[in-house]
Amino acid sequence: MREAMLALLAKEPAHGYELRQRLALALGVVGEVLNPGQVYVTLSRLEGAGLVRGVQVAQSAAPDKKVYEVTAAGRDVVAAWLLDSSWPKVAPVEFHLKLVAAAGTGLADPVALIDAQRRELLRRLREVQRLIESHPAGDEDDGVLLLEGSALRLQADIRWLEAYEQRWTGRTR
Amino acid sequence: MSAVVQAEGLCRHFGGDGVPVRAVDGVDLVVEQGEAVSIMGPSGCGKSTLLHLLGGLERPDAGTLRLGDQRVDGMSEASWARLRRRMIGFVFQAFHLVDELTAVENVELPALLVGTSRRAARRRAIELLERLGVADRAGHLPDRLSGGQLQRVALARALINEPLVVLADEPTGNLDSHATNEILRLFAELRDTQQTLVLVTHDPRVAATAERLMTMRDGTIVDDIRLDGGPSRQAVLRQLAGWEA
Repeated sequence: MREAMLALLAKEPAHGYELRQRLALALGVVGEVLNPGQVYVTLSRLEGAGLVRGVQVAQSAAPDKKVYEVTAAGRDVVAAWLLDSSWPKVAPVEFHLKLVAAAGTGLADPVALIDAQRRELLRRLREVQRLIESHPAGDEDDGVLLLEGSALRLQADIRWLEAYEQRWTGRTR
Repeated sequence: MSAVVQAEGLCRHFGGDGVPVRAVDGVDLVVEQGEAVSIMGPSGCGKSTLLHLLGGLERPDAGTLRLGDQRVDGMSEASWARLRRRMIGFVFQAFHLVDELTAVENVELPALLVGTSRRAARRRAIELLERLGVADRAGHLPDRLSGGQLQRVALARALINEPLVVLADEPTGNLDSHATNEILRLFAELRDTQQTLVLVTHDPRVAATAERLMTMRDGTIVDDIRLDGGPSRQAVLRQLAGWEA
């Protein structure tokens, strides 16, 4: 979530509440379970790490608000995150936000991100399948079932990327 | 290495009235001897049409095509038919076996058509059915076989004339997951014997049996990558076990 928030701020500075709204918009129905406190905690950690800078803005009818903008170091973190294809366990939501952030910030092409991610997952699938093939057919080794589970999950993830590909190629053309 | 398939600027258009649809729109590709290549892409991207062009089931509107050292794009239908029997093994989603012939008769048919003796054709057909694990079904008609068995018989038929290249169009498209696993294993074995393979599929597991992957969109190849050289066995296992974030 840390990098996704940074990426949304890289598009344009925002105060805490705006950022929360932007994040909820990007997540759609999943945004309903977003913990508001997490946004403010993460923002102060990002500020502490020097990745965002908070600027107090005076308001006439309300208390001052703090608007956050991304620093150069923060921008570097966003760029590295967009191009990272390691596909951790929380991949679905994170990848979704990555595409939204890529399109919003112009720091990467969403279709290129989808292609890169699909290549990475297909390479991984090939490796898992080679491990399966190294067992004779009908092998009762329980480890094979574990490998087959992994192959099926990768297959599902790759199919899911294809759905994104169709959506995003339609948008950019 | 030597090139088995070489295409340059291959095009195939459809649609008489109105705007012609470019199913295949200027494809260049080279497949080397012993290479296993898969072609993926969304429905309608032209991948099946491309496979049909490579195997002479359809003729290109433009471009050149070589199989081995022969230029084939301008060949007559009769020459193509002869060449296809000897040099190309087809595997289709719907199997396309002859319903009135037994499994072994289906397998030996292409050998008989190129003039192999009955005895040699039968021997080779039985050998292939054994290798593919369906020798006990040799005397059965196709309607007595399961989907996985039908595709094994079809694969034996594709291999009987020791083709230069095997072209497979969605080979697991009609199979359940158990039969798919069996066919995946057979394609992996074929790949390991250096049989040149071109697989058109939308199943990522089929695609991942090849070491090279092409992606098609709107009739052209937009990506051509190697799948080998991925994460190491150790990295894959660590990730699987959740020991790596």
